[in-house]
Amino acid sequence: MKTKRLFATASMLAAACVLAACSSTAGSESNASAGNSGNSGNDATGNKASNCTNTISKKDLPVVTFWGWYPNMQLVVDNFNKQNNEVQVCWTNVGQGGDEYDKFQTAISAGTGAPDVIMIEADRIPTFQIQKALVDIKKYGYDAVKDNYGPGAWKDVSIGGAVYGVPVDGGPMAMIYRKDIFDKYDITPPKTWAEYEQAAQKVKDAGGPLFGDLGANVSAVTMALQIQKGANPFTYDPARPESIGIKLNDQASKDVLDYWGRLAKKGLVGTQDQFTPEYIAGVVNGKYATYVSAAWAPGYLTGAGVGKGKDTGKFAVAPLPQWDPNNPVQVNWGGSAFSVTSQAKNPELAAKAAYGLYADDESLTDGWTNQIIFPLNLKALNDPKFVDLKVSFFDGQQANKEVYVPAANAYKGMTYSPFGQYYFDAMTKQVSALIEGSVTGAQAADRIQEDVVSYAKEQGFTVQ
Amino acid sequence: MTLLTEESAASTQEKAHKVRGKVRLREHLMGWLFVGPFGIVFLALLIAPLAYAFYLSLWQKKLIGGTSFVFLGNYVKAFTDPTFLSGAWFVIRFSLVAIPLQIVIALAMALILDAVTSLFTRFSRLMIFLPYAIPTVIGAVMWGFLYSKSFGPLSDIFGLFGATAPDFFSSNLIFYGLINVVTWQWAGYYMIILYAALQGIDPTLYEAARMDGAGKWQIALRIKIPLIAPALLLILVFSLIGTLQFFNEPQILRYLAAGTIAPGFTPNMYAYQQAFGLANFNYGSAISFALGGIVFVCVYAFLFFTRKRRSFF
Repeated sequence: MKTKRLFATASMLAAACVLAACSSTAGSESNASAGNSGNSGNDATGNKASNCTNTISKKDLPVVTFWGWYPNMQLVVDNFNKQNNEVQVCWTNVGQGGDEYDKFQTAISAGTGAPDVIMIEADRIPTFQIQKALVDIKKYGYDAVKDNYGPGAWKDVSIGGAVYGVPVDGGPMAMIYRKDIFDKYDITPPKTWAEYEQAAQKVKDAGGPLFGDLGANVSAVTMALQIQKGANPFTYDPARPESIGIKLNDQASKDVLDYWGRLAKKGLVGTQDQFTPEYIAGVVNGKYATYVSAAWAPGYLTGAGVGKGKDTGKFAVAPLPQWDPNNPVQVNWGGSAFSVTSQAKNPELAAKAAYGLYADDESLTDGWTNQIIFPLNLKALNDPKFVDLKVSFFDGQQANKEVYVPAANAYKGMTYSPFGQYYFDAMTKQVSALIEGSVTGAQAADRIQEDVVSYAKEQGFTVQ
Repeated sequence: MTLLTEESAASTQEKAHKVRGKVRLREHLMGWLFVGPFGIVFLALLIAPLAYAFYLSLWQKKLIGGTSFVFLGNYVKAFTDPTFLSGAWFVIRFSLVAIPLQIVIALAMALILDAVTSLFTRFSRLMIFLPYAIPTVIGAVMWGFLYSKSFGPLSDIFGLFGATAPDFFSSNLIFYGLINVVTWQWAGYYMIILYAALQGIDPTLYEAARMDGAGKWQIALRIKIPLIAPALLLILVFSLIGTLQFFNEPQILRYLAAGTIAPGFTPNMYAYQQAFGLANFNYGSAISFALGGIVFVCVYAFLFFTRKRRSFF
């Protein structure tokens, strides 16, 4: 009996450990192997890229592996390969945003499995740079393309004097709205956030739909709106990476959270996570009068089935409401760059691909005509055809000329944090609590500050 | 002469000993050969990763300052980390509600299917088992849409009676929403195990019971259930281990339940977030082992309290 018990205990222990602890190791293994399989063509000098989504026709050229998720990536990669006689790109789409970053992060930790060139959003560059996962590509042909992008675009991909990515698209923010709802309730596009709130109240009092949405999962938007009001979340000198300034609970940050918390509490805006079927269904059905979003949103919405059928031509866009109309501030949400990873065997060739991809006229034109990207390449940005485009999603409104191009030109760049993921997760947690009503906006800001500061200290930073 | 025979006797004995030794050695080798393939797979895919994860859990990697040995520091941190503790408390609470519910439903269905013989028995058995055959991911997505306020039937059904549908994605009801998904998925599987155990009972026992005047209820309660107690214990332990490691369903419903399910909702999700979202493999491993410890304690406690009922070992 005793031995039996002993055996039972032992096997239970084994089973418990196996089932619990193994989940992390098993996960890491499968992830690593997924990385590897996408990476069998990692050898930039060899030509064994077997897992490309695209077909490489010039088989005797060296191959550079590449992860990216733009919807027209296939065309962009084919254009690059067709026009280039030095290097060919082997492209894989390993997921969009967070999914890709998780895989890249795993590959960084494993020391192997990352592609040579990777698409990342500009706000994530410091996160990966601090782990020495990205290569400074300034010496690999920066001078030749320097004038193709504006200074703001370069600032977002640079840390100190080093350049860690080639800008591709940006996300100047604006307010997309439904003309039919605005007409029905006799509203003109609000110019300030105060007017936005009044308009929301007016629509609600008249029994209308929600005026907007406060999504807990879009921390980047909340951050951008805080920066618009004057917050300066992170100060960070790349020469001294161990020292960082964190200010997430200044008055501006608190005000913005309080503002949206109040709107949510009054039932003026929804509290749905964005990029979910639920949210899109709401947008399609006219549940939200406005969508505070970026220049790439029309393309995303069109792809998700918004603005078709009976909703055709219902949407329009207006500049982002301001806190102080006399001192307008333009902010940015999203927008990506192509970076060279430190796992690239031949950074020079990889940089050629990073500089060349999505920089040819054909790809750019395809990108902006289909509203997949808001181009940062000045060839496109200054192209009258782009500026004067009558955007069909906005019922022929010249959205670029009226709204997005001025916003992009007024955008001054932001400083992002070297632990973007943690910061955004902390923000999501507190915005959820704000939506639930268990904290006020000011309390939420204080908690985010506390959370992020303790994380930064734990990670070895000196917090100023 | 005698000396010689003695000597030869001794040498034959020695020889026999040697031969026996050789046979034993060969037997040993054969034994290892048979165990070998399993042993290699077992070591390479189970013991080595476990040992490596444990090794990782003793270190700490910082963004600034690199890696350092902290011994059990990560475990101290885990057991004082409110996110980990609230996640662990959640899965324990969840187990306390979900497991009895699943077992009762599974047992009731198994007893009914065992007692009733009609054309529909086989069909219902299949239907009840079916949810288990659906991958958890698909099941979770499906329930996500059923719960949805925009797509799901709930708001229509409740609308018929002029009521508002419960929002299973709200932080108050997500617990029950998840209980429902898990019960739906697993009750059928447990039912099959119990049903198989019931089929193994000697029918003459029922006959004897009936002759003694036992009714259907009495047969079920006093004969069937005690006889399938080992199977019940088995599924209880399985479900306890499985539920404490809750991961798939909340991880998928996260994207549908606006902010209700945080990345650290259950300990396994927290370990995943730490390791793959924040590149903190060391702390992720520590959380995994800490969870392993909790699972062990719970299972051991459970087996300890039920030891009189005869374990399945």
